[in-house]
Amino acid sequence: MAPRPLEDYLDMARHSAEPTGSAPAVAPGLRDRVLGRRKFLTYLVAGSTLTVAAKVGFDTLAPGTASALVPSPPQPADVTDLGDILIMAGKPTEGLLIQLEIQEDGNVRVELPRMEVGQGLTTSVAMLVAEELDVPLSAVYMPLAPARPELLFNQLTGGSNSIRSLFGPVRAAAAVARGRLLAAASEQLRVPVGDLQLADGVVVGPSDVRAAIGTLTGAAAALPLGELTAAPKKPSDYKLVGSPVSRVDARAMVTGEFKYTLDLDIPDATPAMVRRPPTINGTVDSVNNEKDVRSMPGVIDVVVIPSGVAVVAETFGQALDAKDALDVTWKKGTVDGLSDAEIKEQLRGAALPFAVPAAGELTIDAEFDFAFASHAPMETNSAVADVRPDGAEIWSGLKSPIVAQQAIAKEIGLPENLVKVNVVQSGGSFGRRLFFDGALEAAQISKATGRVIKLMWTRVDDMRHGRARAGSFHRVRVTHAADHVLSFEHRVASVETDTKHGLGEILTATAASLPVGGNMSFAQTMFLTTVKCPYNFGAVTQVLNEIPLDMHTGSWRSVYSANTRGAEEIIVDEIAAKLGRDPVEFRLEALKEDRYRAVLEKVADEGGWGAKMDKGFAQGVAFHAEYKSCTACLVEIDARDPQDPRVTKAVIAGDFGLPINPRGLESQLLGGLTDAISTTLRAGLHIEDGLPLEGSYSQFHYARQADSPTDVKIFIMPANDKGDPGGAGELGVPAAVGAIGNAYARATGIAPRSFPINFPVDFDPFPR
Amino acid sequence: MPNYTFTVNGREVTVDAPADLPTLWALRDKLGVTGPKYGCGIDVCKACTSHLDGEAFNPCATPVSEVEGREVTTIEGLADGDELHPVQEAWLEQDVAQCGYCQPGQIMAAVALLKRTSNPTDEEIDAIENVCRCGSYFRIREAIKSAAEKM
Repeated sequence: MAPRPLEDYLDMARHSAEPTGSAPAVAPGLRDRVLGRRKFLTYLVAGSTLTVAAKVGFDTLAPGTASALVPSPPQPADVTDLGDILIMAGKPTEGLLIQLEIQEDGNVRVELPRMEVGQGLTTSVAMLVAEELDVPLSAVYMPLAPARPELLFNQLTGGSNSIRSLFGPVRAAAAVARGRLLAAASEQLRVPVGDLQLADGVVVGPSDVRAAIGTLTGAAAALPLGELTAAPKKPSDYKLVGSPVSRVDARAMVTGEFKYTLDLDIPDATPAMVRRPPTINGTVDSVNNEKDVRSMPGVIDVVVIPSGVAVVAETFGQALDAKDALDVTWKKGTVDGLSDAEIKEQLRGAALPFAVPAAGELTIDAEFDFAFASHAPMETNSAVADVRPDGAEIWSGLKSPIVAQQAIAKEIGLPENLVKVNVVQSGGSFGRRLFFDGALEAAQISKATGRVIKLMWTRVDDMRHGRARAGSFHRVRVTHAADHVLSFEHRVASVETDTKHGLGEILTATAASLPVGGNMSFAQTMFLTTVKCPYNFGAVTQVLNEIPLDMHTGSWRSVYSANTRGAEEIIVDEIAAKLGRDPVEFRLEALKEDRYRAVLEKVADEGGWGAKMDKGFAQGVAFHAEYKSCTACLVEIDARDPQDPRVTKAVIAGDFGLPINPRGLESQLLGGLTDAISTTLRAGLHIEDGLPLEGSYSQFHYARQADSPTDVKIFIMPANDKGDPGGAGELGVPAAVGAIGNAYARATGIAPRSFPINFPVDFDPFPR
Repeated sequence: MPNYTFTVNGREVTVDAPADLPTLWALRDKLGVTGPKYGCGIDVCKACTSHLDGEAFNPCATPVSEVEGREVTTIEGLADGDELHPVQEAWLEQDVAQCGYCQPGQIMAAVALLKRTSNPTDEEIDAIENVCRCGSYFRIREAIKSAAEKM
């Protein structure tokens, strides 16, 4: 597709003048400096014409070195993955996506229409802007955009798709701005554009004539339209993009200045907490001691809301004591009486049959199961809400703010345009903040009490009534010849993963909530557009079936892939062992693409694959490709005590196509490794009588420093010739799950099948 | 309600609070000191780790009556004006933070460790129990070692 002419962008800008609104009274992100009215150059431009169609060519079919391999045809996720679909869904609104303002002081302000939760977008997207505009990174500041319903499907943070979907629009917007600045400088300095250089925010011409971009911004905005050409830089000309950069907000974080939702100084915001039911989705029948609780120290108000009983108090400590003191009679929830054993039985029954019959000795059959896993971000669910008769304002960490705004408006009976939803950078998400339950509750409490409410969930509630990765069951069947695989089949049965946030706005959210089709259709699409087998394994089928239990599930970092691909990587080792092959050599031969082989070779070389290990110690390796990126992970494990293993070393390589910020990408892979250590070895939720037993980090055993390797090396592969960046946030988990499982098997001789591997109820559960 | 007087980051403060109010809420809700974070309320995640008379403590599980007359230091009091503490500098150098929420507690725990021993072993670093849900542990370890070298 040819690049769209600049005129089109400028035309869009002309028709959409100055819609950015005023700066919020309380800036939700630290870097959102309160602005005056000095915006002279505001572009509403973008429209990526740079997206290329997914490549479906013979290279995806090409076997490695062994001619005996049976090539596997491309799967749906090879052709069009979830990210491609999200980008397509965002196409109609791409022209509105990026608002770039160059201010008189030379600073550049770009609102990020995505959520920052630690994944480093505000750094990497700012790098793209700084690169394209040739301004210092420190001159770019990037507050999170509030809910912008005009963006429709284009304000959802998920699917490892933020950089992929913003790469084109951000560069296009910045390139247009750059073109106009240079044209304005040309006029002011009386120098042809071709003789001008833009560097560090200053335009420099022959004989050292200079103009800072802040002094050009007014003239640049006033230029006649239709006379400029602008094209983003070629990646080969990048100076900043591709080099390791530290987070732009790191200093605020290490000094304690950084403001999360409940740190915001919003006048009159009053603490509130909610007493929740003893089983998931239970509701209030009666409150039996309201008067007593109202008389407790600091208590201001007690109100019943659909999800429980809210207590408003002077401090959170007092609200907590008061909500614990409430005597409530509860109605049943949606899964009362349900426990793990029955869920597992239902899942086994739900796994769809294989297409290929077992072939005796030449068959490998295996079953796996994975427990529920809490998202458990460090910052519990929280929100501030100020609901008044004539308007409302919300502050919360939201990955789908548009549907949050729409649903909250409906709930409190106000038109959508009177409900402002501010997106606040959050303390982690891992998928959790796709849901806006906290913001909705805060709005309900605010409306019921007539107060500005700051709502905080307790950790116990966050773990028991918050979101979790759904438990799943897996059946894998492999048939093979003497030295290669003939068929590879995987049947996944999962408790329903709630996708009722849709694509982030009310239309698809409603569609995803329909009783027929509904959630399962969304889930099936997500599965088929994310999960794929990277090997030439002949006939490959991977099929999902879900059981519709009404529990609080949700996409958890890498969604279906962590379990599905993690289990497959364990089976790949078992196939190799049965065929008498080395796991690395076997994978290298069967992988579909050269870039896949490159990351695996990298970790094998750097990690000293094949090193002799003492008894109880072992190496393990695995591979994963998704989001147009790929990774390999090699770990060493100390499993002398099979009940208390520790990953001692990890070597990881990631190919992200065009890496924007290698330092941030390393962080993402490190996080994926820790997630895999946790959920593979110890961290999960037991479901008993309609509620998770685990209620805090002393029970849900997410890894700590003592579980973490003391030696980690992460390699980001140099940019490849594909040109575009791949997804990063979720990539690291599945390969690390497989590598840890494989290392454990080699060290102990125990084939891991049930995850987490060590999963006793080693605690006294909190009262319900 | 009784009054409790103590110092926070060198400043004397008095709060009017029930004796059993956890110090975390005295700091956050009554004094507006928001660096220490809530993560569990029962001293298991350690996100609120601060110092009491120079030693690590967890204000979520320490009643405000217990800090009467004592010195509380939170993450906000660690730097000397604009000059960061070497541990904070090491955190920047290693680009440790991801979501950042646990990092004030991690840093205060690391500072306390380095007060006890100038050259901590891996085992001593392992003993820091603060949860980092983003999984930045290896960079935390590297930052502690780097700070130890420079201090």
